[in-house]
Amino acid sequence: MSELLAVEDLRAGYGQGETLHGISLTLREGESLALLGRNGVGKTTTLNSIMGLTRHLGGRIILAGQDITRRTPEARAWAGLGWVPQERGVFRSLTVEENITAVAQPGRWTLETLYDLFPRLRERRGNYGNQLSGGEQQMLAVARALALNPRVLLLDEPTEGLAPIIVQELLAVIRRIVRDEGVSAIIVEQHARKILGLTDRAVVLDRGAVVWSGESDTLAGDAEALGRHLGVH
Amino acid sequence: MTARPDPAASAATDTAAAETGRRVVRTMRRALRWSLPEILFWLVAFASIFLLPGQHLILTEIAILAVFALSIDLILGYAGIVSLGHAAMYGAGAYAAGLYAIHVTGEPLTGLVVGAAAGAVIAFATSFLLLRGGDLTRLMVTLGVAAVLFEIANKAYRITGGADGLQGIWMDPILGRFDFDLAGHTGYVYCLIVLFLLFLLARLVVNSPFGISLKAIRENPLRASAVGIPVNPRLVAIYTLAGAYAGVAGALFTHTQQFISLDALAFQKSADGLLVLIIGGTGYLYGGMIGALAYKVIQDVIANITPQYWLFWIGLLMVVFVLWGRDKPQRIFATLAARLRHRREGRE
Repeated sequence: MSELLAVEDLRAGYGQGETLHGISLTLREGESLALLGRNGVGKTTTLNSIMGLTRHLGGRIILAGQDITRRTPEARAWAGLGWVPQERGVFRSLTVEENITAVAQPGRWTLETLYDLFPRLRERRGNYGNQLSGGEQQMLAVARALALNPRVLLLDEPTEGLAPIIVQELLAVIRRIVRDEGVSAIIVEQHARKILGLTDRAVVLDRGAVVWSGESDTLAGDAEALGRHLGVH
Repeated sequence: MTARPDPAASAATDTAAAETGRRVVRTMRRALRWSLPEILFWLVAFASIFLLPGQHLILTEIAILAVFALSIDLILGYAGIVSLGHAAMYGAGAYAAGLYAIHVTGEPLTGLVVGAAAGAVIAFATSFLLLRGGDLTRLMVTLGVAAVLFEIANKAYRITGGADGLQGIWMDPILGRFDFDLAGHTGYVYCLIVLFLLFLLARLVVNSPFGISLKAIRENPLRASAVGIPVNPRLVAIYTLAGAYAGVAGALFTHTQQFISLDALAFQKSADGLLVLIIGGTGYLYGGMIGALAYKVIQDVIANITPQYWLFWIGLLMVVFVLWGRDKPQRIFATLAARLRHRREGRE
């Protein structure tokens, strides 16, 4: 079976409210998926729900054939979900290297290979999390997620709030991770153009539901869909 | 099965894992390098054996209090677990060591192991009560556990001597050679060596990936779990280890005093340990030792000046200190180390 992650009719929210009204999406082994949509449509909530950080209201989440719907966040991380939170969530009281070794699991991603991917982190390995720039924190958050050697990488708005030049650098690395290294990934992004070129497929959300799903190339060429769902012209 | 690395890459994975292991060791070695203030600290500590022979009784108390505070530092300073009932493990270790000496053998080293085991068992069993809830819950639960143990020891006077204390403890010489003397020379050397060994172990633990992950948990438990740190097992593990440390402190007390009263399980004991750690600062392992020294010396000096009202002055000093001087010793220590490292690197 080539389906690595399947989200089936997921309903979830925070507190009393329901934010996601039945989201379904699938990710195949080695595939990258862009999760798009305007501000506040439930992209981050979807990722948080996959990680088990929201109130579950219905539906199922299947990872590599296992139902992880009822599992704790840490059990999901061990099962193979590498989460890069929207606010990055680098541990401020730990150094760059400690942020990575605190979670590292054996696999092809080691300190060495991660430093090769992010040479800047090697330079700053002795610095504490709170001494890093926004871009460096984002790189560290990605490196920390990869250090788990996950089956699926979950990237939540990796370029948000970063200077354009850093965004370019980061997107180049993400391209390397998903294209050259073949890491399966879901990438949440508000600006479709940035990542349609480096993902295989795309899912567009609106008000907690899927309104478009298909090949990234198709969406990139479909001006009407882009305009209607994402406000891109 | 959730074997993550795919089988084709498993050979590469093995060497990669070995490489990671080597790097971790190298990082640890760097973190474990001794700074000059640290070396000086221990030189002075061991020099006190020869330079302050008249003070060995109070120094013994300080060393035991330091082990106890070191134990609290492991849970508070690294894992962020607040406790008002650490005396539970201390008292368990003290009584276990006492009963072991009376009913089994007066040999002290196995007695230490028994004390450590008793502290660890109590800590392990009660650690599960600490996994849910915030700081306030933890304060109340630890306070409650210690109160329950205190009352059990009080009621079980046939075993523990109750309010009269546990008497009739006779200790054999350490290693069959060094007898516990009245001036407390043997006792002090014994306690200091145990403190040093436990400190070395703690230093290894807090600089390992395990110890680093504790700091991540302290900073943000939910995020730590979501990025793959097994939060609850690690909290149970460090709480159990700290329990063993507190148990050893209790056993050291039993061995050097050869008498145990209910004070070993009392709230005052827990509060003392916490105060000591707050004076010395948390999260760098030396806080407990520096705090124990300061606390005991201040207590001693004030008690000599005004025997009746020393508690008043201690209380006042505490308030002043916590408001103005918290973390000072730690900062002085860190600045000193940084300055010396600078100078050394400048020379190289």
